[in-house]
Amino acid sequence: MTLEQSVSLAPAERAIQLLGGDLTERALRLHLEGLSGVDAVGLEQRAADLGTRSIKTTSKAWALDRIIELIDLTTLEGADTPGKVRSLASKAMTPDAGDPTTPRVAAVCVYGDMVPFAVEALGAAHSAGTDRGINIAAVATAFPSGRASLRVKLADTADAVASGADEIDMVIDRGAFLSGRYGQVFDEIVAVKDACRRADGTYAHLKVILETGELNTYDNVRRASWLGILAGGDFIKTSTGKVAPAATLPVTLLMLEVVRDWRRLTGERIGVKPAGGIRTSKDAIKYLVTVAETVGEEWLTPSLFRFGASSLLNDVLLQRQKMTTGHYSGPDYVTVD
Amino acid sequence: MSRLAIPKTYKLYIGGKFPRSESGRTYEVVSRAGGFLANAAKASRKDARDAVVAARAAQPGWASASGYNRGQVLYRIAELLEGRRAQFIEEIVASEGGTAASASKQVDAAVDVWVWYAGWADKYVQVAGNGNAVSGPYFNLSTPEPTGVVAIIAPQSLSGGSLSGGAALAGNSLLGLASVVAPAVLTGNTVVVIANESAPLSAISLSEVLATSDVPGGVINILTGSPAEIAPWLASHADVNALDLTGAEALEWVDLQISAADTLKRVLTPVSGVPAPSLDRIVAFTETKTVWHTKSLI
Repeated sequence: MTLEQSVSLAPAERAIQLLGGDLTERALRLHLEGLSGVDAVGLEQRAADLGTRSIKTTSKAWALDRIIELIDLTTLEGADTPGKVRSLASKAMTPDAGDPTTPRVAAVCVYGDMVPFAVEALGAAHSAGTDRGINIAAVATAFPSGRASLRVKLADTADAVASGADEIDMVIDRGAFLSGRYGQVFDEIVAVKDACRRADGTYAHLKVILETGELNTYDNVRRASWLGILAGGDFIKTSTGKVAPAATLPVTLLMLEVVRDWRRLTGERIGVKPAGGIRTSKDAIKYLVTVAETVGEEWLTPSLFRFGASSLLNDVLLQRQKMTTGHYSGPDYVTVD
Repeated sequence: MSRLAIPKTYKLYIGGKFPRSESGRTYEVVSRAGGFLANAAKASRKDARDAVVAARAAQPGWASASGYNRGQVLYRIAELLEGRRAQFIEEIVASEGGTAASASKQVDAAVDVWVWYAGWADKYVQVAGNGNAVSGPYFNLSTPEPTGVVAIIAPQSLSGGSLSGGAALAGNSLLGLASVVAPAVLTGNTVVVIANESAPLSAISLSEVLATSDVPGGVINILTGSPAEIAPWLASHADVNALDLTGAEALEWVDLQISAADTLKRVLTPVSGVPAPSLDRIVAFTETKTVWHTKSLI
């Protein structure tokens, strides 16, 4: 298949600033393929090194609370019901009923049709466009495969935003990306970003899911990260959680490096969200270390870093209970999800 | 030319695997005369925590096996123990002292304990359960069900004891372990057991027996190390359902009982020597479930 190299792309502000006003698929391709290759051995070594830090006592207590504040508490099952979403929302508001000092999570993450139930269940705790409270993130664009026409994807997105979603987690078209049709992926992200626009002119935050488990190489992850940022993503997210491997430390480190480079280039801060496969506090703390060492501690805030997780929260709560009570806790003392 | 001895360094038995202690510590196992025998892993509180996680994960599967099946699995342990008796006799003589004959008696007794308890696996429910008479058109049945995860301190004394037949034993490291583990697991509980601290070799060899037997990984977890260090963490652990203090005579066991009470654990108090096989030890770590079922009116 020949690619139309001179096809113009949707005008996205960041891409125009970086690549010039004459935004074509050729220019985008030249930029993405001109990115230097990733030193896989070095990357994995660096990630492994960052995973060896010992975080104990007060630092650990701080880290556990911060992890909770960064969690997108997620339920993305075909069997989800309004009741399940309500219990998720109450857990988001009160993670540990036995300890009112436990912080709240950053957001709940649900399918688009569950957004109205999440809005209702969160009630006054819903941030609803403000900086305080719990956000509602909705996965859209035919999550998790992304195999639907653009019209359906945009309708999916607009519907979730209209129902009250504060954040949209979209998936990129991995098929198009892997066949080298970067322009198509780019245009889709721009179009979805546009569909995130609310009636009052503000935008729902857009998280671009790269699904790194399907991208095969670190070079592709780096390219996809740049692509997601250039097209206007507020966050780049590793995975849907439906494909193994999901988030890994090296991949997250690589994405954080892209975000760091973007910051150096433009001064703008992009968020990163590892999702899927992070189940223990120990793992999550490794991610915190990686963030702090790669882009700085200022990134450890809900607007710039999130964990997409469901079972992680219970493990963090067990660790937290261990630290407050001095003895080991057990699954009987946290909710059954 | 003399041959170079190979001093062994043994590991823990958690979740069907043989991990080193998370702390990296080991301690020297010495014979009664003070000679070096081997290095054993010195378990830390985190190893105990990991063992409880493994035991909890294995518990539902083990409890859902039929009593008949559990009995067969326990009987298989006895068979394997019998098959490796020479090794056990050697280790018992080395670490507890005494003669090969008395060590042989201890192995015999341990095998007998496994067989005795194995036989109860599909019978204790009939004996401990009941059909209750109620004034109404109901069947009312009470049956014992496993408590869950049981933390055990195996008998620690090496001063010996005597078998019911009156034969003297030099020690009880193998028999003691069998006498506390078998009654707890046969009902469907899973256990975390702290082996005899000064004579752990037979417990370690037993874990090698267990690994090659039909016992699912995580059902019996064996820690070597200091009971004084590990027991408080197990006693206060919220995911442990019962505590067997049989070998805690020399510890501050009342304190252990008090911290176990915080999470309403079932507790068995210390016993001197080796507890004799009994149905009471089986029923001690069970919960009674009572079911009401309507009788048909037609």
